[in-house]
Amino acid sequence: MSEPTVPSVEEMSFEQAMRELESVVDQLERGDVALDASIALYERGAALKKRCEDELKRAEEKVAAITLDAGGAAVGTQPLDAG
Amino acid sequence: MSDLFDDPQPGQNTPEFSVSEISGEVKRTLEGTFGRIRVKGEVGRVFKARSGHLYYDIKDDRSVLACTTWKGQISSLSVVPEEGLEVVVTGRLTAFGAQSKYNMNVDEVAVAGQGALMALLEKRKKQLEAEGLFAMERKKPLPYLPQIIGVVTSPSGAVIRDILHRLRDRFPRKVLVWPVAVQGQNCAPEVARAIEGFNRLTPGGALPRPDLIIVARGGGAIEDLWGFNEEIVARAAAASEIPLISAVGHETDTTLIDFVSDLRAPTPTAAAEHAVPVRLELMAWSEAQGARLTRGVSQAVQQRRQRLNDLSRAIPRPETLLETPRQRLDRVSETLPRALMAGVQKRQVTLSRAAAALRPATLRQLVSSRQDRLRNLSSRLSPRPLDQEVDRQKEQLSRLGIRLKSAQDLRLERMQRSLATAGRQLEILSYKATLDRGYAVVRSGADLITSSVEAQNAGPLTIEFADGEFRLENTEEAATEAASGPQQKSASSKQVTSKPVKQTKAKPEKPDGEQGSLF
Repeated sequence: MSEPTVPSVEEMSFEQAMRELESVVDQLERGDVALDASIALYERGAALKKRCEDELKRAEEKVAAITLDAGGAAVGTQPLDAG
Repeated sequence: MSDLFDDPQPGQNTPEFSVSEISGEVKRTLEGTFGRIRVKGEVGRVFKARSGHLYYDIKDDRSVLACTTWKGQISSLSVVPEEGLEVVVTGRLTAFGAQSKYNMNVDEVAVAGQGALMALLEKRKKQLEAEGLFAMERKKPLPYLPQIIGVVTSPSGAVIRDILHRLRDRFPRKVLVWPVAVQGQNCAPEVARAIEGFNRLTPGGALPRPDLIIVARGGGAIEDLWGFNEEIVARAAAASEIPLISAVGHETDTTLIDFVSDLRAPTPTAAAEHAVPVRLELMAWSEAQGARLTRGVSQAVQQRRQRLNDLSRAIPRPETLLETPRQRLDRVSETLPRALMAGVQKRQVTLSRAAAALRPATLRQLVSSRQDRLRNLSSRLSPRPLDQEVDRQKEQLSRLGIRLKSAQDLRLERMQRSLATAGRQLEILSYKATLDRGYAVVRSGADLITSSVEAQNAGPLTIEFADGEFRLENTEEAATEAASGPQQKSASSKQVTSKPVKQTKAKPEKPDGEQGSLF
C-alpha cells in the first residue's frame, strides 16, 4: 500500500482494504488533515468500507469435490454433500 | 539265482532324485510346511532391480533371510523397506532351485513396533530439517480472507463435515475438496498428488486455484497416520506455493507434514478457524469503521466551524479600533496650544533674564578694569632691568678677557721654559758634545766616512771639530779649494736652516700635548 500510487479500491484484497480503511479512519479522527483533504479522505474511506461490505455480503458457500481421471489429475468438479 | 540278486551295495535302499526333482521337492516342502508366515527382523541391504522387483535381506544378529517382493506387489506394501528399519514381513518361504537358495516372497511389510516407527520418523525429520525445509523463513503468511479454500481429505467422514461446519459458522467460502485416501498405502501418493494438483490449477480458471490449502485427517493410530509421515507428502507440502494448513490427527499427534506446513492446526476444526475470520465480527467492525469515518469527517468540519467562530469573535469592531487613537488625538490637540504658549513664555523669561544683565555700565566696568590692568602692567615695564643685565654681561666679559690674557701669558711662559729645556737636552745628546771631548766627524760631501778605506777612495774630506770644520784635499788641491767654499756654506746653512725647522715642527706638537694634559 504505497501512498504515491494510490491503488484502486476494486483491485485491493479484503485485507488491504481493511487496513487502509483503518488508517483512513485514524487520520480523520486525529483531525490534523486539511479540510478539503479530509473530504477526499472520507470519500476514499467510504469506498473502502463499501468494498469490505461487498466482500462480507458475498459470503456464499459453495462446496465441490474435484473429480479425477485415471491418472489422478483433476478433470472437473461435482457437488459434494458432506452432510 | 544269485544273478537274481545284485550284490548288496551300501545305500541301495536310498531313493534317488534328479537335481530338479529334489529342488522341486524342497520348494514344495518349504512352501507346504511353513505356509504363510510372519518374520521379524531388521532390514539389511535393499536392492531394486531394473525389472522393478525388490530384493532385500531381513536379518537378526546371527542369520540373514533373503526376501523378494515382486514389482506388482510393491504398490500394496504399506511400508517400503529401508535399510536399518525394524520390520515384520509377511509372505511365503520359497526356494530358488537355479541357485540352490531359499528366500521369502514378501507381500506385506509392517514396521515392528512404535519405537522403530518413531526412529524412522526421527531420521526423516533430521534429513528434511538439514535441507532447511522446516525453516521459519520458508513459512508463508496465510491470506486474511481466502476466496477459495482447497481441502485435501477424505470426501466422506467427520473431518470434511467439521471443516465445512466451522467455515459456515465463521465465513462461508468456496471450498474445493480433493478426495484422497487418508490411510493405507495409497494415502501418501494421493495426498502428495493432491497438493501438487491444487498448485497446478490456474487462478480464475474453470477449476479455480485455491488461495489456501488445508490437509486434514482425523485422529488414529500412528500406523494409520503414517502416510502423512512419508517424505513425498512432506516434500509436496514444502514445495506448495499456496499457503498450507496441516491438521492431521489429534492435538498430540505430530506428523512430518506438520513441520513443513505454513501452519499446524491441532484439529480440522481449528484449521477452519485459522482459515477464515468471523464474518459477523468483520461486519460489526465495518459498521464501526463507517461510524468513525462519518464522525471523523463531521468532527473535522465541526472543529473548524468552532475555530472560525472563536476567531471571528476575537476580531474587534472597527469603531473600537479607532477609539483609542481618537482619544489620544483629542488629548494631544487640546494640549498643543498650551504647550506652545508655555514654550514661548519660558523663552521670554530666559530672554528678559539675559536682557537685564545686558547694560552699558557692565561693558564700561569691564573696559575700565582692563584699562587698570593695562596701566598696572605698563608701569611695571622699565629699561632698568635690561641695563642691569647689560652691565652684568659687560663685567663678565671684561673678567673673561683678563682671565684669557693671564692664561695665555702663563701658557707662553711654560712653553718657552720647556723649549729651553728641550734645547739643552738636544745639546747634551748631540754628537757636538763629543766633538768637545776631541772627537771629529769625517765626511765626504754629504756621506759619513767611517773607515780609512772609505777615506782613501773618497774625494775631498771635511773634518768637523768642536770649533769648526777643516777641509782636507784628498786628491787635487784645486778641485777641493774650489769646492770647499760653497760646500761649507751649504753645510752650515743646512745646519742653520735645519734647526729652526726642527723647532717649528716640534712647537705645535708640544702645546697640543700640554693642552691635552690641561683638560
